[in-house]
Amino acid sequence: MASPTDSQARPIGLHLELPEKGRRAIRTVEIAPARQWPGLDLAELWAYRSLLVLLVWRDIKSRYSQTVLGAGWAVLQPLLPMAIFTVVFGRFARIPSDGVPYALFSLSGLSLWTYFASALSSGGGSLILNRNLLTKVYFPRLVIPASQVFTALVDFAIAFTVLVAALLVGGFVPGLEAVVMVPLLLLAASLTALGAGAWLAALGVQYRDVRHLSPFLTQIWMYASPIVYPMSLVPERYRTLYALNPMAGVLSEFRAVLLGVAGPTPLELGVSLGAAVVVFLTGTLYFRHAERVFPDVV
Amino acid sequence: MTTAISVDRIGKQYRIGARRSRPSTLREALARAAAAPLRNWRELRHHGAGQDDADLIWALHDVSFEVKEGEVLGVVGRNGAGKSTLLKILSRITSPTAGRALVHGRMGSLLEIGTGFHPELTGRDNIYLNGCILGMERSYVTRRFDEIVEFAEVARFLDTAVKHYSSGMYLRLAFAVAAHLRSEILIVDEVLAVGDAEFQAKCLAKMQEVANEGRTILFVSHNLNAIQRMCPRSILLEGGRLAGDGATADVLRQYLALSPESSEPARWLDTSRLQRTGTRETCIEAVEYRSGNAAIGEHAYPDGPLEVRLRLVSDSARTVGGFGLSLHDEDGTALVTVDTISTGLVTTLERGPNVVGLRIQSLHLNPGVYHVALWARGPLGRLVFDRIESAFTLRVVDPHPAISRPRAGGPTTCEFQVLPLV
Repeated sequence: MASPTDSQARPIGLHLELPEKGRRAIRTVEIAPARQWPGLDLAELWAYRSLLVLLVWRDIKSRYSQTVLGAGWAVLQPLLPMAIFTVVFGRFARIPSDGVPYALFSLSGLSLWTYFASALSSGGGSLILNRNLLTKVYFPRLVIPASQVFTALVDFAIAFTVLVAALLVGGFVPGLEAVVMVPLLLLAASLTALGAGAWLAALGVQYRDVRHLSPFLTQIWMYASPIVYPMSLVPERYRTLYALNPMAGVLSEFRAVLLGVAGPTPLELGVSLGAAVVVFLTGTLYFRHAERVFPDVV
Repeated sequence: MTTAISVDRIGKQYRIGARRSRPSTLREALARAAAAPLRNWRELRHHGAGQDDADLIWALHDVSFEVKEGEVLGVVGRNGAGKSTLLKILSRITSPTAGRALVHGRMGSLLEIGTGFHPELTGRDNIYLNGCILGMERSYVTRRFDEIVEFAEVARFLDTAVKHYSSGMYLRLAFAVAAHLRSEILIVDEVLAVGDAEFQAKCLAKMQEVANEGRTILFVSHNLNAIQRMCPRSILLEGGRLAGDGATADVLRQYLALSPESSEPARWLDTSRLQRTGTRETCIEAVEYRSGNAAIGEHAYPDGPLEVRLRLVSDSARTVGGFGLSLHDEDGTALVTVDTISTGLVTTLERGPNVVGLRIQSLHLNPGVYHVALWARGPLGRLVFDRIESAFTLRVVDPHPAISRPRAGGPTTCEFQVLPLV
């Protein structure tokens, strides 16, 4: 097997962009050996936004083709584990749920977690699935895991609607705080998913072990997050440490603003949001570092 | 004219995985298995590193050339010569280990048509998807949509998922989208590899049209006739280095001289490893020829017969509409073409190897060296199962060297008689 000793083309000067109407200026691209740590280059990502939109649209359209339920699966995805958790953890194990019905308690956590987990796992496997794209055309490689996050976001929109309906039926009316905080928390969850997904994707291209490892990782991460249990179950002196898991603060706050129960302290939430940014930055930067070899090893 | 692409001492290094010796004892095997994760980790980690090692090879080394704006440049070379690596570097899919290149203008690459096609999506959706992946904006695709559909001849199946398309339809659609790509520089790699003859001609015409618009094209193909027609200038890659750069006729002569398969008659010649195009449902694995004249060692001779046998290996029992060969001079110009499709007789193959053959009654070629192309077609003759552009070189010998022949009399002969004096 041949493997490379280098890298992804590094453009200096202006970037090759998607053609735009009326643009006639001739751009010059320099092709040279790649830098080790190329940085994020958000401008180039932005130039390729229409490719991102199309990949998302392709995945959504193909995901539910030839299924009977179609987008109904997006509704069932959090509802089925909710039913199981309610019976097992709510009834049998009698795990406390901060005084709200366990079904609503777990559904609120699960809707955001399902989004995160599906963005993470599909993002992690996305490079290998799209290897024919990687080896045939040039585009910023981050578009691929990013498109998985947006695809999962569409499912989240459906699941969130179901959650809101369930909350209203249960007599919980989310307040103004929820309107402000939910988008912020969603952003934090998305950044974490993209960052961790980028780690898995970049490592997974080179080490196929990641494919076997990532289901366990997702499962461990789920039990390390307040989904089946409330954050208040964690001993107080460990909570700041616990909040290093970005999803801990995010899920707990998400539940707090929707159900009106006690959430994390500002410090805990801050630690989680900070951790989310760290996961995002390290993941995407490592991805950019590793992407020079993708076409040769994928 | 200004320069569109300038390539300056570009090189690309790859690591070849060295084969490990097999363990000879159970103890050794167990010890290795235990150490395997660590060893694997070391190996995988070095995918990206550039260490000095014996198993590093230069897939491309010290290649420099320039392409002027509006020029159509042919790129030829045998398999593994570095053509694909060069194109991948120029289209930024992979980056070089050494050297640099400057590309002026937007570059579109058709490294393989149909990139990003999704089987579950309809033809219509895939046109937009593929267009976008190749770098077209949505509104541009909308404007050219009818043109693309018409070119691909798939209007009736626009709303059918492409997984239900025949391979021909799939290819036509894929090429149609790619052919309407609007960029100043176009890299074309073997887009004509498959598909039927009629569609190939259409693709070539479209390429010509694109070239006439004054766009710069880098054209890689094993179809030497197409290279000859499209490209005034070509470069030749051999073993990762630039071996030739100049007028296409000269470069092709150099390229054909490289092909080592100058063959002896009455001996099976393995063709399974040669570079080829086609769907490969049936493959030409070996070829043998003889003239029936044992006195001159079964060599072909002017106006003599020639029997050619092909070993066709088919992946299932099937019918081939025709098989044949053509003989080319050293510039790649076809001189003689024989195809059993003109007889109207189809050939039925069994699964696995089959030997088919044909006999040329008299071969009207003067003594010399000719390049032979071989092919096998699908049942209707339109689809190409296998085609080897440069299968072997055939020597036509002079059986009577004593008889004087006109020099520089052209490659072909004819039968003639001296008319009686009136």
